[in-house]
Parts: sequence; structure tokens; C-alpha cells
Amino acid sequence: MNSSFRFSDTAIDSRALQAGLNHPTAGGFVAFEGWVRNHNEGRPVLRLEYEAFTDLAIVEGQKIVDEALQKFSIADAACVHRVGLLEIGDMAVWIGVAAAHRGAAFDACRFIIDEVKQRVPIWKKEHYVGGDSGWINCEAPLLSRQPSEYSDG
Amino acid sequence: MISTLKSPDPAPSSSNTASTVSLHLQYFAVFREQAGKSDETIDTRANTPTLLYAELQRRYGFKLIGAQLKVAVNNTFCDWHQLLKSGDRVTFIPPVAGG
Repeated sequence: MNSSFRFSDTAIDSRALQAGLNHPTAGGFVAFEGWVRNHNEGRPVLRLEYEAFTDLAIVEGQKIVDEALQKFSIADAACVHRVGLLEIGDMAVWIGVAAAHRGAAFDACRFIIDEVKQRVPIWKKEHYVGGDSGWINCEAPLLSRQPSEYSDG
Repeated sequence: MISTLKSPDPAPSSSNTASTVSLHLQYFAVFREQAGKSDETIDTRANTPTLLYAELQRRYGFKLIGAQLKVAVNNTFCDWHQLLKSGDRVTFIPPVAGG
């Protein structure tokens, strides 16, 4: 069983990853690929950079995959996320799930990508036409909130 | 801005009124760019993540507020009120954007 979350600084080999999840009990396989697109919130994007707090990200990513194995009736799952500079059309993240039945495979795959996007310490910097760039979600402070007691965890 | 920050608990073994902790800080993404470095070791009287982040905001002009962040100590997500001790590795985590 793979049940793994890892990073790659080179192109993701989805075929090899799929082969690694081949399981005799699995009647269905679902994969999600996140691709770099050429626009975000109305701005044309030239390329992306991903950066990760690797030590913590691997622990948290592995927790998510383990949670998926607990919550859903699946045989195996894996997630690989890129770091570094990516061009339009590159694969940024790959998630694969093998299960006896397709319902659980779809549900677990959705769960993993949704949780990775929320919890894993990975950051994305977009580079725009015109030369400027920005870290997604990080540029503007929340003006409506006062720095009082910060939320835990 | 100078403020007198009341320490949440006195350092148990210290009779030194200016006790500091030596912390290893890691910076990522927007913090790395604004601090101009990926990591550093500092001596500080700020002995919780809350106090420490306030100090770093003053030092580096970080614009994100604490409510937007998470904090990890020794590579584990933790509470903003956790007492920090010398040798701890502290990382403030800007809003994530993986996937």
C-alpha cells in the first residue's frame, strides 16, 4: 500500500503513479490532475511558482491521505504535488485513488484535493503579463478584522 | 511603537527580569520576501507566537494579521498561546494555496 503524499521538483509521471496504485481488489480508479491555467480572477497568468514548508507539508499531506483511507472504502491513494516553477499546462498536483467501487473512489479523491487545498502549507505565486507577480491569498490584509486573539491551529 | 507586553507566565526558573528565548525562525513565501531571508535565529522576550508575531510585524512590516495565519512550532501546528522555549523552531504560515 502506498498511502503517500510527496513532493516533486520535476514533472509528475502520472502513468507510473497510476501503476503504483494498481490493486487486485480495486474495481475502479479515479485520478485528479491540477493543471496550471493561463488566467486567474480575470488576470492573464504567465507561469506559477509553488513553495512548500516541506517537513510539515509531508506530515499534513500524509494525514489527509490516511484520513481518506479511514473515511472511505478505498484500497489505496496517493498524492504528488509539484514545487518550483511551472509553465501553463504543467501538472501541479496528482491524486489517485483505487477502490472496489467507483463511488468511494470519486468521494475520496474529492476529499483529498479539497483538504490539501485547505490544510497543507504550500504557497503559490502567480507571474502576470507585465512583469508583476503575487502570492495567492497573501497580498491584502483583512481590513475588517482587528488583531486580537488569534485563532488556534 | 513601543509597548510593554505582559508575559503570560513568568519564566519558572529565572530570576532575570529580562529573560529571553533563543528561537529559530523559518520564513516562507511572502514572509521570506518581506524579511529578506529564509531563516534566522533571534533572542527575544516574546515567548508566545502571539507576542512573537507582533514583534516580527514591527521588525519586517508583515502586513498579514495573525487571524490570517497559522503557526507551527517544531514542525507541528500549534496554539498561538503556546509558551516558547529556547531552541524552538517557529514558523508562521501565510494563507495556503496548494492544489
